[in-house]
Amino acid sequence: MSLYAPVIGLIIIAALFAVGSVVVSTVVGPKRYNRARLDSYECGVEPTPQPVGGGRFPIKYYLTAMTFIIFDIEIIFLYPWAVRFDQLGVFGFLAMVTFIVLISVPFVYEWRRGGLDWD
Amino acid sequence: MTAPTLEYAELAPLITVFGAAVIGVLIEAFVPRRARHTVQVVLALLALVASLVQVIALAGTEVVAAVGAVVIDGPALFLQGTILVLSIISIAFFAERKLEAGGDAFAPAASSLPGSDEERVLVRERRLQTEIYPLMLFAVAGMMLFPAANDLLIMFIALEVLSLPLYLMCGMARRRRLLSHEAALKYFLLGAFSSAVFLFGSAFVYGFAGSLRFSEISTALTTEIGKEGLLLSGVGLMAVGLLFKVGAVPFHAWTPDVYQGAPTPVTAFMAACTKLAAFGAMVRLFYVAFGGVRSDWQPMLWAVAIATMVVGAVVALTQTDIKRMLAYSSIAHAGFVLTALVAADQTATAAILFYLATYGIATLGAFAVVTLVRDSGGEATHLSKWAGLGKRSPIVAGTFALFLLAFAGIPMTSGFVGKLSVFAAAIDGGATPLVIVGVLASAVAAFFYVRVIVLMFFSAPAEEGPTVAVPSVWTTVGISLGAAATLLLGLVPGPLLDLAQQAAVFVR
Repeated sequence: MSLYAPVIGLIIIAALFAVGSVVVSTVVGPKRYNRARLDSYECGVEPTPQPVGGGRFPIKYYLTAMTFIIFDIEIIFLYPWAVRFDQLGVFGFLAMVTFIVLISVPFVYEWRRGGLDWD
Repeated sequence: MTAPTLEYAELAPLITVFGAAVIGVLIEAFVPRRARHTVQVVLALLALVASLVQVIALAGTEVVAAVGAVVIDGPALFLQGTILVLSIISIAFFAERKLEAGGDAFAPAASSLPGSDEERVLVRERRLQTEIYPLMLFAVAGMMLFPAANDLLIMFIALEVLSLPLYLMCGMARRRRLLSHEAALKYFLLGAFSSAVFLFGSAFVYGFAGSLRFSEISTALTTEIGKEGLLLSGVGLMAVGLLFKVGAVPFHAWTPDVYQGAPTPVTAFMAACTKLAAFGAMVRLFYVAFGGVRSDWQPMLWAVAIATMVVGAVVALTQTDIKRMLAYSSIAHAGFVLTALVAADQTATAAILFYLATYGIATLGAFAVVTLVRDSGGEATHLSKWAGLGKRSPIVAGTFALFLLAFAGIPMTSGFVGKLSVFAAAIDGGATPLVIVGVLASAVAAFFYVRVIVLMFFSAPAEEGPTVAVPSVWTTVGISLGAAATLLLGLVPGPLLDLAQQAAVFVR
């Protein structure tokens, strides 16, 4: 049981801190509401208004991000292999070829489905 | 440095499904749109059947494969086989095109805005969603790898491979699309969070044992003294991730919303197969890796099992939507499986394997029946609309009643044998109080199952009630197989019980 005592202690302190801060700030904090206070918090940037007609936004950025992730994964595995490729031998080489073939499949898919067209 | 050897023969069932999924993506890229649906369905079916044949051919194999990262042993093969059978039946429900006018259960393009002109054009063109099949194959492959994982990293990768496609598939319903999107987003946010917690736990366990392999973690339990804090935090956090996937209280909140919002064929597939895979992984992790500290995790699982059974059974009483009711019933069932998991021996493993197989078949069948009962708004899932269904279509109502009786654990159905074996295993393992709670929860659960049956057979049919659509022959075969298996495993459970008993030995 003594093993769990610090954990239980920490849970109690964490709960007290979380609940305490919320309660204390509502009780003690000044209540002056203005437009800036009621706006949604956007890391200091002016919140953009919602686009007309239900909130669509250009999807290009998300495609770029997804493409980046595929490259990212590829590089993460290529680097360690490249550093030790002479020691990893034929098995390592074939494994890497298989990996690169497999990771080109999403690119092929993206290309064929028009993900690379910048209209 | 010597090249590692890979046991291709033992890994073949997994490679088949993974390979077919990749080919499915290429089909999306190259095959003309009109032919895609047929090609995808045929490919998925062929791959799953081929994989099932390979699993059956491997029966009895006990091999630590892929340099210790994957184990192909009895429990792994049993669960892989069951998952494959259930997925093959699911394909029939996925490809069903007779129920919706001009399509299947999925939105023509998941990216089109609900209610937009684009969506209307696609529906008019009778465009079909075909990406669902490669996604499903990826999910199945992940589910097959999950209970075979013998390594914390592989287990996490399998968890993600099975989860990510499911998040997408949940958001693809043709009807009530906003509800479906909501379900997908909720499942994704909570699922990603629980995966992160699981990974956090794996990091602690690695910190404790200095190895990712289950066998070496098991050895470290006796050699590493004085680092129990790391181990216990790790066990707890990993349990959170796995308990989330099986939908155990207090990590169950997503279940009703996701089961309700997802397209019903996806719900059927997900409810049946995810639970199998996740419990398989959980049993292996807790028995093989953490078996030496069972006195530390048993109290935790005791509490979770009691909460899961009670909350699942009691909250199901108040549900008015048939899909939500089945969701809470699945939570209660997760609790019943956990009672056996606490026992931690071979009998318990066998009981869990048998229970999961029977539960999976009945769940698949029950959700498939839900797809048949329809009115002008699509599936009529409100309970009041099911009133008097037994008078209008006795066969469909009778089949549904059979699945409900199996869930309730009434004798002569597979559910009874399943419940009996998990409770017997729990008593053997010294968890009698758990079994008492389990029996009480079953009694409560039986009430709401029987209530639906009474509603279907003994109340007056609702005015303008739903009609029962006639599905294609494949769906009919799928549901009939489920019903036959539910009945047969209740009458002659011996062969499957023996198989589960033989399969219940973990290779370390």
